Amino acid sequence: MQGVAHQLLSGIATGGIYASMALALVMIYQTTHHVNFAQGEMATFSAYIAYTLISAGVPYWLAFITTILVSFFLGAVIERLIMRPMAGKPALASVGAFIGLLLLFNSLSGWIWGYEIKAFPTPFDGSPPFLAGVVSGHELGSFCISFAMLLLVYLFFRRTTLGLALRAAAHNPLSSRLVGIRVQRMFALGWGLAAALGAVAAMLIAPVVFLDPNMMGGVMLYAFAGALLGGINSPFGAVLGGYAVGIMENLAGAYLVGTELKLTLALAIIICVLIIKPSGLLGRAITTRV
Amino acid sequence: MPPLLETKDLRAGYGDLWVLHGVDLAVRPGGFTTLLGANGAGKTTMLRAICGMVRTSGEIVFAGERIDGRATEEIVRRGMAHVPDGRGTFLELTVEENLRLGAYTRRDRGVRPDIARMLEYFPKLQPRLRQQAGTLSGGEQQMLALARALLLRPVLLLLDEPSFGLAPLITREIFQIIGSINKRENVTVLVVEQNANLALSIADHAYLLETGRIVMEAPAAEIRRNEAIRRSYLGY
Repeated sequence: MQGVAHQLLSGIATGGIYASMALALVMIYQTTHHVNFAQGEMATFSAYIAYTLISAGVPYWLAFITTILVSFFLGAVIERLIMRPMAGKPALASVGAFIGLLLLFNSLSGWIWGYEIKAFPTPFDGSPPFLAGVVSGHELGSFCISFAMLLLVYLFFRRTTLGLALRAAAHNPLSSRLVGIRVQRMFALGWGLAAALGAVAAMLIAPVVFLDPNMMGGVMLYAFAGALLGGINSPFGAVLGGYAVGIMENLAGAYLVGTELKLTLALAIIICVLIIKPSGLLGRAITTRV
Repeated sequence: MPPLLETKDLRAGYGDLWVLHGVDLAVRPGGFTTLLGANGAGKTTMLRAICGMVRTSGEIVFAGERIDGRATEEIVRRGMAHVPDGRGTFLELTVEENLRLGAYTRRDRGVRPDIARMLEYFPKLQPRLRQQAGTLSGGEQQMLALARALLLRPVLLLLDEPSFGLAPLITREIFQIIGSINKRENVTVLVVEQNANLALSIADHAYLLETGRIVMEAPAAEIRRNEAIRRSYLGY
């Protein structure tokens, strides 16, 4: 019984990381209508920034906050320099840009920091004060951080005028301009937020999977499965989907298919969703008038 | 008094194609001006041109300042509200969120009382505040669009065919509300309309647009009285 509880809780812990990445994917999807393939590599790059800061002797939490701010800025700059010229261009242009960014960030990480695997520190060493033996300190800590962050993002979108304007700009840019919303700034803000979400996710997963330029490959696949499962155009759905995939991955890995086939599970989820309910559990089907 | 809005030799169009071929138009402050014309005359393009939503050449002066070539959101921030073709409703958001977005540029404390006042103008919206705007009927959506536009506290209100897709009875109600907003809220109105009879009964000045050119300009009452003009240009 304790084994099942352990698998469940550690599934929720990694689920929070998938949920964060899934939310980042959905946020970009809502403004560009494409999946940002580079989301994972951008997050890895952020983790390397944190690694550099911590190696230089910066205290963990200061490095953590600094990395979030730098990643936010980087995301906004990418929107400004690369995505803005794509507006009004054919769909393939954005897809090309995303693939370009993926290769760029992957190579940049490898070029600056090398391809050998590095250990990444966690501030949650040892066993937690409660639930010891069922969850590790890092699992509990990373669950709390990702959950708090998702809650903050939710409150930002639901309770603040800026969050409302961001949603409006994503849904309907033209009408947003007519109520005076500076739409391009909102898009930059959205990219910044997505990059910041990714940075946190990467810093939380790095102590588990170890730091290397391809670290987020598997995570992205699970996050994508979660986003699709919940609904690629539903932020709330994507978060739920991310948690669900985390739990399924852990339980199936322990009792059903074994660790080797866990990643296949993500692909199986993606295929099943696309066949049975392409709009996901909470998403809306999009119909286009032709 | 100088006009609130003035265009000089305004051309506007899409891609390589000009739709407006040099339009001179002036809107008197406080007035209710209507721009009439058949389908495809360029009425919608005219409103889009004023708001910087299409390519233009020529001059547009609003409240004493050139606004041509500026970004739509910056023009809106100077006090110009525009209910566009298709009403511009945020269909996925709730009615209340739509109203809050109308007041997005305002930082004053009057927003809440203003929303309450809009609900007095449009009592049908009150029970629907938490509902998705996409679920409203056409008439309700038009009311929401008007309320949203007014929450900007605009100096000038541009309306693109408020009658579109609505039953005649509702259309009349909407126009009466627009008329009373014009007087009570001191908002200058420029409305584009196909239903010439209705627009002329409420407007005080009218322009007639034909294939991208102004063919006539006169006080609304005069056009209503002149049967020859009505017959040849307005078809009623």
